[in-house]
Amino acid sequence: MIEFRNLWKNYDDNVVLENLSAQVGSGEFITLVGTSGCGKSTFLKLLLGTEVTSRGSILLDGRPIADEPGPDRGIVFQKYSVFPHLTVRENVALGREFECGPIFGRVFGSARKAILAEADHWLESVGLTPARHRYPHELSGGMQQRLAIAQALIKQPRLLLLDEPFGALDPGIRKDMHQLVLSLWGQHKLTVFMVTHDLSEGFYLGTRLWVFDKCRMDPQAPERFGSTITFDLPVGKTDRQSLDKIKESLARSAQIPVAV
Amino acid sequence: MKRLINRQPSSVTRAFLGILPLVLALLVYQWGSTVRKAENPQDKLLPGFVEIHDAMERMALTPSKRTGELLMWEDTKSSLKRLVSGVAIAAAIGLTVGLLTGAIPLFGASLTPVITVISLIPPMALLPILFIVFGIGEVSKVVLIVIGVAPFLIRDLYQRTCELPREQLVKSMTLGANSGQIIFRVLLPQILPRLFASVRLSLGAAWLFLIASEAVASTDGLGYRIFLVRRYMSMDVILPYVAWITLLAFLIDCLLQQGSKRLFPWYHAAK
Repeated sequence: MIEFRNLWKNYDDNVVLENLSAQVGSGEFITLVGTSGCGKSTFLKLLLGTEVTSRGSILLDGRPIADEPGPDRGIVFQKYSVFPHLTVRENVALGREFECGPIFGRVFGSARKAILAEADHWLESVGLTPARHRYPHELSGGMQQRLAIAQALIKQPRLLLLDEPFGALDPGIRKDMHQLVLSLWGQHKLTVFMVTHDLSEGFYLGTRLWVFDKCRMDPQAPERFGSTITFDLPVGKTDRQSLDKIKESLARSAQIPVAV
Repeated sequence: MKRLINRQPSSVTRAFLGILPLVLALLVYQWGSTVRKAENPQDKLLPGFVEIHDAMERMALTPSKRTGELLMWEDTKSSLKRLVSGVAIAAAIGLTVGLLTGAIPLFGASLTPVITVISLIPPMALLPILFIVFGIGEVSKVVLIVIGVAPFLIRDLYQRTCELPREQLVKSMTLGANSGQIIFRVLLPQILPRLFASVRLSLGAAWLFLIASEAVASTDGLGYRIFLVRRYMSMDVILPYVAWITLLAFLIDCLLQQGSKRLFPWYHAAK
């Protein structure tokens, strides 16, 4: 369904990603891990459309992906994903309102009622029904991320992109969020890309784990070579050994300072 | 005994400490006035509170012999009309231009340099031009306030628009919004409370331009009056007028602050 063909991304002389190729089927849940600065966030930005590839292409259903964000790709950032001036319910309804109110993004009357009912349905599925009339600043970090997920899901995107969505949450809350994401993924047959810096999180969540790292390394000019996918593991088959192997390999490349 | 920096006044003490400097200032004034009056009973520089009270009664409660109007209220009415219309027009311009230049890079690229240049022109230097072009009536006074305040509002709101997290724009795009929808549903509602804050900051300048233009050419208004009675050294009118202007400025500021809190509870709670 989505194909990466010899993808390169560089900023002037600084090569971030080099020669990355992969294929992802519909319904896969891919977690992307790697050291900081390894290019996993850049990869997500390419997929999202806020950055464009330097060479190579990303094909969604055989066609090149649009070079700006669109409704086929939903996103949840670590923060700032929800709109502070709208209540929880309005935040979720917004995606539908944009569809139905072409100029001002506002709808009224029975159409609005239908949209709000749909929003309530999505809030129910992320467990935010009791908070639906509150503003985001009244919610905890975990609840805000639940809201951001519901907000993205109402558009039923082809891809759901999660950019370190639980990085700022407490471990306990993070466990709950993992459960939520897994159950939503199962229920709605989503295709998910999740960036995380927590290797163990990537290890048991989802169906496939990608490790981003550099294959070649020049200690005098670390910007010379970019990262690519160094491990591509189906999560079901992972074990202690491969976890240690990945950790070791990441630790090795982390010792060489990365130029900023 | 706690450290000095940790000692918080109770609410009664806080109120008392807040009023104290004002009371002291009044006492010093009263003392100065008494000293000068003892030397010269005709002294006009520091009129006593009784004289000020009489002058106020004359200005605010007794119809003028010449026009039959209550002068102070008429002055207040015309000044406020100029101030409010000037600030309102400036706010509308500031909001529109600031929002559009901040939201649409193509707009910003062509307008930002011009606005920067305009904002550097001292507005008072333009007053003669305004009098020549618009005459010495109401228009030139309102325009002076607009010219004085709008560039600041535009630049401030441009900045505020650019400061909104980029993530929100990306999120809106993934929700299928077009540029217009993003401006109306995402940017505008979040810029409005910031407009209130900027207008509050610019009120001081607006008053300055109002008083200045009234002083130069006018037939009524608070600024006109104090510059008129200056010829007779009528400190008994000038001082209460200044106090009244200050009170008005304070009230408008409170009104904007309360209005903003009522209209945008999410903005004030999140800060």
